[in-house]
Amino acid sequence: MSATTDLQTAPPPPESRPPGPDRAAGRRRRISGEGRLATFLVAPTIVLLAVVIGYPVVRAVVMSFQKDPGLDPATGLFTSGGSAGLSNYTHWVLQQCTSATGGTKACPPGTLGAQFWDSVGTTVFFTVVTVSIEVVLGMWMATVMNRSFRGRALLRASVLVPWAIPTAVTAKLWYFIFAYDGVANRVLHTHILWTGDAWAARFAVIIADVWKTTPFVALLILAGLQVIPAEVYEAAHVDGANAWQRFVRVTLPMIRPALMVAVLFRALDVLRIYDLPAILTGGGGGGGHATTTLSILVVDQIRQGFNRAAALSTLTFLFIFAVAFLFVRVLGANAVRTQQRQQKGTI
Amino acid sequence: MATTTSLPRPTRRRPVLTRSAVRGYLEVAAIVVFCLAPFYWMIVTAFRQVGYTFDTTPWPTHVTLENFRTAFSTSLGNHLGRALVNSIIIGVCTTVLAVLVGTFAAYALSRLNFRGKEIVLGVVLGASMFPGVALLTPLFQLFTNIHWIGSYQALIIPDISFALPLTVYTLSAFFSEMPWELEDAAKVDGCSPGQAFRRIILPLAAPGLFTTAILAFISSWNEFLLASELSSDKTQPITVAIAQFTGSQPHQEPYTAVMAAGTIVTVPLVILVLVLQRRIVAGLTAGGVKG
Repeated sequence: MSATTDLQTAPPPPESRPPGPDRAAGRRRRISGEGRLATFLVAPTIVLLAVVIGYPVVRAVVMSFQKDPGLDPATGLFTSGGSAGLSNYTHWVLQQCTSATGGTKACPPGTLGAQFWDSVGTTVFFTVVTVSIEVVLGMWMATVMNRSFRGRALLRASVLVPWAIPTAVTAKLWYFIFAYDGVANRVLHTHILWTGDAWAARFAVIIADVWKTTPFVALLILAGLQVIPAEVYEAAHVDGANAWQRFVRVTLPMIRPALMVAVLFRALDVLRIYDLPAILTGGGGGGGHATTTLSILVVDQIRQGFNRAAALSTLTFLFIFAVAFLFVRVLGANAVRTQQRQQKGTI
Repeated sequence: MATTTSLPRPTRRRPVLTRSAVRGYLEVAAIVVFCLAPFYWMIVTAFRQVGYTFDTTPWPTHVTLENFRTAFSTSLGNHLGRALVNSIIIGVCTTVLAVLVGTFAAYALSRLNFRGKEIVLGVVLGASMFPGVALLTPLFQLFTNIHWIGSYQALIIPDISFALPLTVYTLSAFFSEMPWELEDAAKVDGCSPGQAFRRIILPLAAPGLFTTAILAFISSWNEFLLASELSSDKTQPITVAIAQFTGSQPHQEPYTAVMAAGTIVTVPLVILVLVLQRRIVAGLTAGGVKG
């Protein structure tokens, strides 16, 4: 019983060393000259990012307020665009399609517009399920890898294999494993239509994604585990904490920053998932749209109208941005600060 | 109380195969099987005759090289060889550009003090998490208008959007691990910060630079979404070629040939990653997680 209270009063882990006074003074003296050099060095990256990301984003926003050229259902005449106001956004969010009389009506089932909220649901479902499984499995893998034993190199090597395989190849590989006559059904003695049935297709995507990225999560968590000093565990052990108490009271709090960043990276990655569902289940799950994620819906929409697709991709971007913001503000997964702390610690 | 603890005791005389040791080895075996089994299955199938595609014998049977010939054959409209060349061109150009530009920014972020450093770091990290699909629509329209669809630059430019941020934050982690004394010594010897970077830091950072380049190359090699929309038959990279691989019958998936194609694309990469595993792991986890 007393073990837990003792653990709480255990000395905190050595934080980043504050820079020595002489070094701090030296650094202050350099700043003015360094500032000019730094601007010069950073500028090419910022300019390049502005061209390859900034410009397309601004252009997408501009496009999203334009009408797609096409036949106007009200007049039957060809219209060549013009301002759309917010109609491209309300089309997706409020499911408003243009009716034959020129007014707005609910989008009929089967159209891309009607799939918006379903694909939001599918994307969020994939994110929550895969990230949860990957964190639990990754935590277990990381603990196993963290124990010192022979064959550690073999373990690290095999863990890197799924990561190194391109997602497109991974998708084709699991497409073969999940074929009707494939090895998954043979081993499980089942006759599941893995890429046809809606829920089976969703789980096929989840299984393939978990296989491919759990090793990455495990490596991130392992990096967090390796900086925990052995003395902390010894102290906990002396205080009589059992394995579970050591895990909950020592390991978890100490790897929290690494864990938070791993979850953030992975969540943002699954929110934009495209390759796996698009190739593994043809983006639909048996011709329906059981595995249509937001990214797949954007690609489908591009063929029907750029501007409406631009509105959808802007919505997707805002959604992912909001999730990232929530992570950083509410849960404190601050990748920037973590990196800075790391840098200060290694000065 | 102490029955479940398994800390190694200093007084242990000889290694005994205890129950916890056995469990440890089983856990290792489970992870190795989990990671390697699907990969192994791809290679086994790649060497199997088409008639035995769904054979479930766990070891290689009915071994043939026919699938590799089918994979490279162009008679069915597949151009695996050309796609390999395309992927190498796109990957090398992206990597060279990203490392050239990113090295300077990474040095500034890890070694210099300047105003707005956190903002730059935030922009770079934010860019690395940017959804590729948000670039797709505007770039598709833009490249269609200026007739760039089917050119290499239409595939290299979007790849910069994720390869450059990756390069900057991996490299800045590598740079920041190098001791400050190096530059202080260089300054004492009369080097400017620029000279210190060129003559001292850059040569010493060569291994980190190489690892970063590999990571950037792999990220570009694996890209599918943007390439599938912005490439033509002539510039198609390997991921798109494999995803669209067609067989002789319209409704029959050429599984064995696809597995052969997958093996060709993956095995060199896996060998490279295994040779450099220590560095790759360091590079992968360098992006700000050693809190």
